[in-house]
Amino acid sequence: MSRADVLVSADWAEENLNTPGVVFVEVDEDVSAYDGGHIAGAVKLDWKTELQDQIRRDFVSKEQFEALLSEKGIGNDDTVVLYGGNNNWFAAYAYWYFKLYGHDSVKLLDGGRKKWELDGRELSKDSVSRSATTYTAKDQDLSIRAFRDEVVAAIGTQNLIDVRSPDEFSGKLLAPAHLPQEQSQRGGHIPTAANVPWSKAANEDGTFKSDEDLRELYVGEAGLDTSKDTIAYCRIGERSSHTWFALHELLGEPNVKNYDGSWTEYGSLVGVPIEKDV
Amino acid sequence: MCGAPAQTPNIPAGIDLTKETVIYGVVSSADGAAVPGAYVRLLDGTGEFTAEVVTSATGDFRFFAAPGSWSLSVLHKDGSGKRSVEAPEPGLVEASLQLS
Repeated sequence: MSRADVLVSADWAEENLNTPGVVFVEVDEDVSAYDGGHIAGAVKLDWKTELQDQIRRDFVSKEQFEALLSEKGIGNDDTVVLYGGNNNWFAAYAYWYFKLYGHDSVKLLDGGRKKWELDGRELSKDSVSRSATTYTAKDQDLSIRAFRDEVVAAIGTQNLIDVRSPDEFSGKLLAPAHLPQEQSQRGGHIPTAANVPWSKAANEDGTFKSDEDLRELYVGEAGLDTSKDTIAYCRIGERSSHTWFALHELLGEPNVKNYDGSWTEYGSLVGVPIEKDV
Repeated sequence: MCGAPAQTPNIPAGIDLTKETVIYGVVSSADGAAVPGAYVRLLDGTGEFTAEVVTSATGDFRFFAAPGSWSLSVLHKDGSGKRSVEAPEPGLVEASLQLS
């Protein structure tokens, strides 16, 4: 696995907008962003209504994922190129999600919507329809997904990386600051977690930093012990997908999991230890 | 009615401004026009990234922060800008930005 296998540049994307077998997919936190203009030919995935079960807090089932991708016109052999707003948070989350269900060829557009817009590249409002496919998903690859009991067991034994901003890590804020702060769960972080905000892995235009810079960030500055397994978390698992991507896909660290329950689950658990710095 | 109405941000229903610290404003170009689609970052007192939003069709942005010292930076294909913001207590704090 190398950077070229998992990340494409905006130039590459522009040259491959009409390449057969390449499907662009936009995933945003602000689900109205797509309708205001999207990369020509890109289909939209709604992370809330399409990628999450609408009753239980969990992902859609394998069968639901198969139905969703079939309806979107995405085939098993297609190369899926994901991009979105918020410096690709939700696109990285969808990338991890596609990998969870075993899609073979997935790539992230480096810099996402932000870089595309800052470059002044074209966006389209044309509606996009693709012919339906018959998509077959695999069972979830749980080697990349962490659940709460594993996270509690990882305290003091594995690398825990809290990728939220320093003020969320300390407990001063309960959510990223573009969202209201009134939340039910407690503030703080999981004991022994290192705070490496996701933003440190990205340049200001939303592109990922170089492999050398990333290795220095995680191993050099944060002291990640590469002989141990790693679990990344944030508030709901989207920013930690971005860090999972940096560690697992770009740096090739083998045993990295994303804890999608993240702080909204952990900070609501009864009886687990919490560290708070404010 | 005399003068322009006070500019207030569009706050979602149910937000308690005695608890929330809302930093808000408008991004404008060098000639004063509102700039939609600009990327505004909220940085904490140490300059570390805290959040980012994209300005609305009317150039508006808003953050839910906490009392303290913050700064804002804006990036757009037509320019950039920076400023500091002091939020002494919960409530509304206006902090508009101009591209240069």
